[in-house]
Amino acid sequence: MSGADLTQFLDYTLIAMLLAVAFAIVRLRNLFAVVMLTGVYSLLSAAWFVSLDAVDVAFTEAAVGAGISTVLMLGAMLLTAREAEPAGAGRHWVALAVVTVAGIALFFAIPDLPVYGDPNAPANAYVGAAYLERTPNEISIPNVVTAVLASYRGYDTFGETVVIFTAALGVILLLGFGNGRRHKAKTDETSDQEDQA
Amino acid sequence: MNQHLILRVVSKLLIPLIVVFGLYVQFHGDFGPGGGFQAGVIVAVAVILYALIFGIDEAQRAVPPSVARYGAAAGVLLYAAVGLATLVLPFAGEAANFLDYDALHPDQGHHTGQHYGILLVELGVLITVASVMLAIFYAFAGRVPDIPDEEW
Repeated sequence: MSGADLTQFLDYTLIAMLLAVAFAIVRLRNLFAVVMLTGVYSLLSAAWFVSLDAVDVAFTEAAVGAGISTVLMLGAMLLTAREAEPAGAGRHWVALAVVTVAGIALFFAIPDLPVYGDPNAPANAYVGAAYLERTPNEISIPNVVTAVLASYRGYDTFGETVVIFTAALGVILLLGFGNGRRHKAKTDETSDQEDQA
Repeated sequence: MNQHLILRVVSKLLIPLIVVFGLYVQFHGDFGPGGGFQAGVIVAVAVILYALIFGIDEAQRAVPPSVARYGAAAGVLLYAAVGLATLVLPFAGEAANFLDYDALHPDQGHHTGQHYGILLVELGVLITVASVMLAIFYAFAGRVPDIPDEEW
């Protein structure tokens, strides 16, 4: 392994840090620290995706996972308590068994996984290779990811946009539009009771 | 938040840069990583940062909730309008398929229609994502008092 790729040690370091952060999230009871650590977890994942050459995914993870999600989790945390209830100290044998079996199954599947960057891997071979070949002739933009996302799979992206719109619709229907609290204090009590009803 | 002078000054410097970076991510998405989703989140983050530092009332005066409400729908409608335009516009004598951007411009040699289509569609995604993120943030932040000073 003299010509081994040195970036794999970067990958190991990032995965080890991800594991450490994940254990810290499980152990901590202070929700503020947990929210911050989930942001750290997303940022570490984004760094790892960059190391795997998936820059578009890394960008999205950094912006959505580490940026927006952390802020929204903070907003949700402010609506609840600051500390989590301590979990019961009982032994969860069923959970341990499920985790062990699933872990063994995952390790059993590792030899069947394609090597990282293998051009003959199913994910890279058929449609992926076709997109790489056809994009310069049919779309003529350098970023194949954008070509697939916005042009070849434009219909799917339209669906995703509608999904995001629907998510906002759901949150607004459940929580109101955020301008209720301040106006509510000024108006009379009847509208307040109607809101709670 | 009035006594957090450093946060206020730094965020005032950063917010315009964040918006410019979001626009760069948006319009450079054809050439590098990025696109409407990421750019929309970055633009929304600029407003959210403003809300965190200067209070939600100030932010809602700068970007009213109605902007987020109409924007979320307008982006989806812009996306759909591009698709409808490709259906309506004549393409090589017959109607093109939904979201077949080649119909948007007669210059097939340089695929100008594809460039227009991707730009418009990504703009729709940007408007929707930025508005939706802001709307969700307003919905959460509007229900609780601003973060108390002792928790910073």
